[in-house]
Amino acid sequence: MNAPLKDRQAALQGMGESRLRKEDARFIQGKGNYVDDIKMPGMLFMDIVRAPVAHARIKKINKEAALAIPGVHAVLTADDLKPLKLHWMPTLAGDVQAVLADEKVHFQMQEVAIVIADDRYIAADAVEAVVVEYDELPAVIDPFKALEQDAPILREDLAGKTEGAHGKRYHHNHIFTWDSGDKEKADAAFSAAQVTVEQKMFYQRVHPCPLETCGCVASFDPIRGELTTYITSQAPHVVRTVVSMLSGIPESKVRIISPDIGGGFGNKVGIYPGYVCAIVASIVLGRPVKWIEDRIENLSSTAFARDYHMTGELAATNEGKITGLRVNVIADHGAFDSCADPTKFPAGMFHIVSGSYDIPAAYCRVDGVYTNKAPGGVAYRCSFRVTEAVYLIERMVDVLAQKLNIDKAEIRRKNFIRKEQFPYTSAFGFEYDSGDYHTALDKVLNAVDYKGLRKEQAATRANPNSPTLMGIGLVSFTEVVGAGPSKICDILGVGMFDSCEIRVHPTGSAIARMGTITQGQGHQTTYAQIIATELGLPSEVIQVEEGDTSTAPYGLGTYGSRSTPVAGAAIALASRKIHAKAKKIAAHLLEVSENDLEWEIDRFKLKGDDSKFKTMKDIAWAAYHQPPAGMEPGLEAVHYYDPPNFTYPFGIYLCVVDIDKATGETKVRRFYALDDCGTRINPMIIDGQIHGGLTEGYAVAMGQQLTFDAQGNIQGNTLMDYFLPTAVETPKWETDFTVTPSPHHPLGAKGVAESPHVGSIPTFTSAVVDAFAHLGVTHMNMPHNAYRVWQQLQASGVTS
Amino acid sequence: MSKQIVTMTINGKKVEKAVEPRTLLIHFLREEMVLTGAHIGCETSHCGACTVDVDGKSIKSCTHLAVQCDGSEVLTVEGLADKGVLHAVQEAFYQEHGLQCGFCTPGMLVRAYRFLQDTPDPTEEQIRMGMAGNLCRCTGYQNIVKAVQSAAKKLKAQTKESVAA
Amino acid sequence: MIPPSFGYSAPRTLPEALQLMVQHGDAAKILAGGHSLLPMMKLRFAEPGHLIDINRIPELKGIREENGLIKIGAMTTENELIDSVLLQQKVPLLPEAARLIADPQVRNRGTIGGDIAHGDPGNDHPAISIALDATFILTGPRGQRNVAAANFFLGTYMTDMQSDEILTSIHVKPFSTNKTGSAYCKLKRKTGDFATAGAAVVLEISAGVVSLARIALTNVAPTALNAKAAAAALVGKPLTDASIKAAVDAAMAICDPAEDLRGDIEYKTAMAGEMTKRAIRLAASRCK
Repeated sequence: MNAPLKDRQAALQGMGESRLRKEDARFIQGKGNYVDDIKMPGMLFMDIVRAPVAHARIKKINKEAALAIPGVHAVLTADDLKPLKLHWMPTLAGDVQAVLADEKVHFQMQEVAIVIADDRYIAADAVEAVVVEYDELPAVIDPFKALEQDAPILREDLAGKTEGAHGKRYHHNHIFTWDSGDKEKADAAFSAAQVTVEQKMFYQRVHPCPLETCGCVASFDPIRGELTTYITSQAPHVVRTVVSMLSGIPESKVRIISPDIGGGFGNKVGIYPGYVCAIVASIVLGRPVKWIEDRIENLSSTAFARDYHMTGELAATNEGKITGLRVNVIADHGAFDSCADPTKFPAGMFHIVSGSYDIPAAYCRVDGVYTNKAPGGVAYRCSFRVTEAVYLIERMVDVLAQKLNIDKAEIRRKNFIRKEQFPYTSAFGFEYDSGDYHTALDKVLNAVDYKGLRKEQAATRANPNSPTLMGIGLVSFTEVVGAGPSKICDILGVGMFDSCEIRVHPTGSAIARMGTITQGQGHQTTYAQIIATELGLPSEVIQVEEGDTSTAPYGLGTYGSRSTPVAGAAIALASRKIHAKAKKIAAHLLEVSENDLEWEIDRFKLKGDDSKFKTMKDIAWAAYHQPPAGMEPGLEAVHYYDPPNFTYPFGIYLCVVDIDKATGETKVRRFYALDDCGTRINPMIIDGQIHGGLTEGYAVAMGQQLTFDAQGNIQGNTLMDYFLPTAVETPKWETDFTVTPSPHHPLGAKGVAESPHVGSIPTFTSAVVDAFAHLGVTHMNMPHNAYRVWQQLQASGVTS
Repeated sequence: MSKQIVTMTINGKKVEKAVEPRTLLIHFLREEMVLTGAHIGCETSHCGACTVDVDGKSIKSCTHLAVQCDGSEVLTVEGLADKGVLHAVQEAFYQEHGLQCGFCTPGMLVRAYRFLQDTPDPTEEQIRMGMAGNLCRCTGYQNIVKAVQSAAKKLKAQTKESVAA
Repeated sequence: MIPPSFGYSAPRTLPEALQLMVQHGDAAKILAGGHSLLPMMKLRFAEPGHLIDINRIPELKGIREENGLIKIGAMTTENELIDSVLLQQKVPLLPEAARLIADPQVRNRGTIGGDIAHGDPGNDHPAISIALDATFILTGPRGQRNVAAANFFLGTYMTDMQSDEILTSIHVKPFSTNKTGSAYCKLKRKTGDFATAGAAVVLEISAGVVSLARIALTNVAPTALNAKAAAAALVGKPLTDASIKAAVDAAMAICDPAEDLRGDIEYKTAMAGEMTKRAIRLAASRCK
């Protein structure tokens, strides 16, 4: 019974262990259960007729030919949804979006009609047979042109509305103006500055592109009046609330289940017309209806990310101390404002834009604009708009360093918020919880021999015969994640808390349910580790369930790196409630006072006496069998955690690239990523998340972009063109870490999976631009594909 | 269009079905045979989530007709384990954390299985080239490469053992 | 993405296939590897009424040496080209180039004949065939005819092949092992992509003088280009920076690429030049 402490500790497989993943067994045997794997008796298949043009009036929709195909059950258009008042739906951003195009088409590939058929083959034939006649209108693709006085009115449904969900609209294609910081103070800093720099940059429209597309199976039971929907959602509880509000079905009769999800990365936060249509079709036909997007539909119509046209300015002293920051953004939101941000933040947490730096005066402003493109603006593997913000400030610091001829490591060191300044309140009002940027920077510079790299670069530059340009990128990012404190963060009025319910069974196993939903992050593994450490039960016997709104407590879901910061805290605190009760039971069983007990790994023991103890397993049995008089039997707890603050993970990334002077191809020679996510729960999973995030960052920086021609036709919307790197293109990653726990999080954990995406993207740009820095280049827009880099080589007069 | 009878052996089991000529192999496996391991990711033969083994070769079953498999031996991820014992590639992906969301995993595993049959002693570069028909959005491939290396080692040891026996 | 309905036949012999083509006329399409045709059908850009699957015709497969020629069955897959010891020894350009095409799974299905017959300027085998001075054997109801690769490609998706003909074999002369060198340089964005630009070069160098040169370009015009002037710029003299530059300039002069996401006309033309330069140098280094 008294095994060595070390063995008892190891048996738990608790926090800090690289525990192998519980979820893998089903995936490696082909037994995952993704939405498209679900089959129900009598299930029909829905497919969508989409607009071939970006801006047009719908003259006529001819359904007859489609309806004549055997096996076709229905063809529905906006006119059919009108009596149900379901032809438009509210978006998470306070706008409305057409479920099916209502008289007018606003972007290419917009949903125009749905067909429901026996199977997907017949449905595809029916889609082709629906003939829609359009009157084309001029498309507006450029958000700056959208704001011109005589620009076509895109949203006629909003005509005359000068007030939107986020205040005044000053133009018919304007959505909102949002600002933060102190403009006067910032302007004063610029007036007084010894040096100022300004840089325009465009963060291109990209798409999260998880390998599994979006889809659902909706099943309405007309007899019970109950709706069950399996859905690719990162936020099933929010979906339930919205579906209930839209359909009028009581929330208790709506069951939303997110089964296994094949990656989300922000693409699966929103509520899409396809989901609503499948639900409506199931209600109308009284049969289960499946809808699964194809890849072209996914890239063309469900939420994109970024599309920010940014201008940054820094004011500084001659020595490189930053004294002021100003940022102006035109945000292209597409045809409907369906960003999934906390309601009060139409530009998300973009005001983290002062980064890791102690900047006394700062101001930023974002204007949202409608264009004839797909709606979206989601957080692609990042907290809301944090990627854009980090990109901007990191670029600006490089630009300033170049102007002042200061090394980019040095200028960062000079401006970092110092360790002793935490908790630190930024000029935008964020209270950074903890950080130690200088230590992290030094660790990276030493690890890569930064001085040696600079020497090598100087030699390469001096050699006219070198076939390559060498660039060194350096970024020191700070994220704001874990939305969030419900006093400022809500979605449609629901506070952004999260939850955990734990039940310890009589025999010492446990089941835990949370309001989040894993999409590859390994919650079933890591959450169990938290409970194992907190309760002293082996993680192997702790079952973790998420994603079923009928069983899990309400939570806002998994995105914005909020699972560990918010649900992770709920897990710890629910565990601690159980722990407290367990202590009482232990005291009762050992017939001592609680004060005489101490906790040791898996048991309460009498202080100083190893022989008198009760393990958590013993206590669990007792909780159901002989609880102290007056105590409720059982051993379970629920905790809803409303975080007091965000968490602020940070990192230092360094990248070395070699650019082929003849072709413009960029080879990543080395990438060193140091992350500080506070307390580390499962190092193996953390490393895996970082590899994945860096790879997604590489894809965004080096190749991803959704472009449109002048008519609004989307280009590059298959995996032939849209850049998802293979094992051949993907660089090898080196990872490192420091640990600076969050002081306000019960575990000290901060969240990690998004840092590598947020941090790596500006690192690649920093490296590519650095290769040209001696030629006077201060910025290059992404993606840094060979073609675009070659254009810069030409412009800079580089010959091979 | 009238259906045609196809006969094939899937994971060692002989099946006979009437299919439309246009039925894609991936749909045949997933819908008719309820083998939902292989997935559909891109539909244009770029992502490899639908990878299965036909007559000893890895193919992308989203760009292959079921009728083309008449008389063929088909192996899917469901057929990798032997009487409940995981194949070395399955074990290695688990041990080396070679998967996250799991969506690409069945295609990866079937491809890795065939790759190691063809290339029992691969270099890292060969692994990256050999797995280049399978996209993963989660792992960044680093642990997938490690998993294939580790499976190669294990398979070689197994071969030695069976030779010794 | 689901193809429309079609009929399907899988003939076991060439005469049977030809007969089916006559029977189904314009509705028929030949199904080879299917990695161009099936995606087009899934996107409903192509809607053939009947597919004639020629994968089960043994005589269309295999690589052999016969009467001083290497004869490659049109249904030989890319991976079979890569693995062929005969080709590695006698026509190493083919295995080298095949490794740069698509990905491992697609190379198990994609065939040299399908790649050629499709007439897509983005495909690699057209330029490679031209550089190899290959002969295509076309079989139809009127019998067999031979067409030189250089005369086969007429425009985008247009070739000299008639709608009732099948490309059955590709004939290539083996390299003279002591003096021939070859290379295929292909710039692409990622695995599985078509070339931004590609250049296939075959050189013979005798006593320090280029005695033979053939250069062909991929994806920089409506068809693969036979860069005759570029080749001529090299022949009859030792290979020098100046002669290579002349060849590169001549190659770039005939480029007529279409702008797309891979690059504009200027970039693609420049890359055709760069690939030509690299392929010439690499091929020369392999002339022994």
